[in-house]
Amino acid sequence: MGQIVLTKVRKAFGEVEVIPGIDLQINDGEFVVFVGPSGCGKSTLLRLIAGLEDISSGKIEIDGKDATDAPPGKRGLAMVFQSYALYPHMSVRKNIAFPLKMAGMSEAEQNARIENAARVLNLSNYLDRRPGQLSGGQRQRVAIGRAIVREPAAFLFDEPLSNLDAALRVVMRQEISELHQKLKTTMIYVTHDQVEAMTMADKIVVLHAGRVEQVGSPLELYNAPANLFVAGFIGSPKMNFITGPEAAKYQAHTIGVRPEHVEVSKDGDGWEGKILLAEHLGSDTFLKVACPVVGEMTVRGNGEMGLHHNDTIRLKPRADRIYRFDDKGLALK
Amino acid sequence: MARAVSKNAKIGYTIAAWTVALVIFFPILYTIITSLKTEQEAIEGFNLIPSFTFESYQTVQSQNDYFKPFMNSVILSVGSTILALIVAIPAAWAMAFSPTKRTKDILMWMLSTKMMPAVAVLVPIYLIFLRTGLMDTRIGLTVLLMLINLPIVVWMLYTYFREIPGEILEAARMDGAGLREEIVHILAPMAVPGIASTLLLNVILAWNESFWTIQLTTTNAAPLSAFIASFSSPQGLFWAKLSAASTLAIGPILILGWFSQKQLVRGLTFGAVK
Ligand SMILES: Nc1ncnc2c1ncn2[C@@H]1O[C@H](COP(=O)(O)OP(=O)(O)OP(=O)(O)O)[C@@H](O)[C@H]1O
Ligand SMILES: [Mg+2]
Repeated sequence: MGQIVLTKVRKAFGEVEVIPGIDLQINDGEFVVFVGPSGCGKSTLLRLIAGLEDISSGKIEIDGKDATDAPPGKRGLAMVFQSYALYPHMSVRKNIAFPLKMAGMSEAEQNARIENAARVLNLSNYLDRRPGQLSGGQRQRVAIGRAIVREPAAFLFDEPLSNLDAALRVVMRQEISELHQKLKTTMIYVTHDQVEAMTMADKIVVLHAGRVEQVGSPLELYNAPANLFVAGFIGSPKMNFITGPEAAKYQAHTIGVRPEHVEVSKDGDGWEGKILLAEHLGSDTFLKVACPVVGEMTVRGNGEMGLHHNDTIRLKPRADRIYRFDDKGLALK
Repeated sequence: MARAVSKNAKIGYTIAAWTVALVIFFPILYTIITSLKTEQEAIEGFNLIPSFTFESYQTVQSQNDYFKPFMNSVILSVGSTILALIVAIPAAWAMAFSPTKRTKDILMWMLSTKMMPAVAVLVPIYLIFLRTGLMDTRIGLTVLLMLINLPIVVWMLYTYFREIPGEILEAARMDGAGLREEIVHILAPMAVPGIASTLLLNVILAWNESFWTIQLTTTNAAPLSAFIASFSSPQGLFWAKLSAASTLAIGPILILGWFSQKQLVRGLTFGAVK
């Protein structure tokens, strides 16, 4: 079991209110990702759930029991830190065994669980090494191993992959997703990497300045962002925002057009513009275009279009994919 | 190309390191060489080849027993260091793991006492020792040496404790460790290398301390530093004997330092974080 319910959770460090009040429900078995810009309070929220930080007011329930004042070790949660936080003076085996030893588990049971975790994480050959003798990816696996042997109610990850290089990050991302499918345990995962958020999550929580902007599945957030912030944050490259008379044509204060929802042609309908920058990625070409009518736009073009700097082109947004927002930045239905 | 350059640089560094090491070690080496000369050779002038006579050592031993000041040195240096650790470990621990706004100020204040020349407090301390009957006692000197080195001990321990990453302690808390388990299983083992190097360094410092030991002892509590000094005074200077006494005095600590090199170089926390 691993249901976590936050009610009016507030956190202030002295005078500074970092989280003004969050209500959030995380269901058993869900993979929930917290995303948001740097400093928005993702780590703080995770640490409040973990119990490493005391909440200023509000309530945290885990599996229906009030855990607001429970110490971290008594919440049944396991955490994987960005820095791995392995115990440097212990072998990999002892590192993984530590939470079991603290729980007073028998030696035989400990060993069975360690062997099992080592097999799942490909660590069997490294059990007698010290953390200092492992690569970054291996250390990350040990940290995950230390978390899974406890069979916790939920896993908490704070940017666990940000110290790894790009290639390894992709591998580990998939391993964590597979682990989730295998264990079916609740996971809360903090990242500011969009790709991680979109690919791994069942549910994304978008945070901004300590507030929840929107909660939903990756596709819900992509297809129906609740406001300008979410619209601009989810999706890469960023959505284009247009205000003024062009937006008024759609009865909106602002309209949003994603780069992938624009038809690019040399001489067709739409806004005329001049290419400022063309990035050829092979499959796609991203174009930065200066349009006199709507301002600067980023659009995705076909990979083989052969467009270059200073070419004049026309941009036509797909009518069914135009997002509309009112003057407060909220989405219009 | 790149390899050739880095190989040259390596040779350069090696030569430089050896040169520096030799320059630093030379006075000690020359003391040892001089101690193996006859008194005649010793005053003749610069000469690196002695006649390998142990004459001076015999005279030194017969003139003034070596064993007693040696034992005094051991008691004073080890005793004062252990006392200092007993006081400093909790102090540094508190400052490193639950600092307050004033922690930095306290640390600076403690260090500032080391900036004052020792002579400045010679008279008051001399008088205190005289009045309380601590003059020329091991206990008096042990406590004094402990107090003198305490700021350094606290500082060293503080910096070592501070290096223990907070996330490791948080991980232990998540893993269900209470305060006691956290200290026994995580903090203490990680702090041991730091404590060991602090201990060694302070034994060496206390061993070599000579200002106070010479001022406040005569025979009873006199350690090896005072033992050396006793050869430099009455009947003029005898270089070979003085060197022999010095060699006997620094020998034990040199050997200790040599064998504990590994302890002095800590590498245990490396690899825990990142
Ligand atoms: N112990 C603390 N004392 C005071 N302020 C803090 C403390 N910890 C965090 N903050 C503040 O709380 C805010 C949120 O911090 P937090 O670490 O949760 O951000 P984050 O979303 O995890 O950012 P990042 O993506 O950079 O990790 C920041 O403005 C930070 O300065
Ligand atoms: Mg963070």
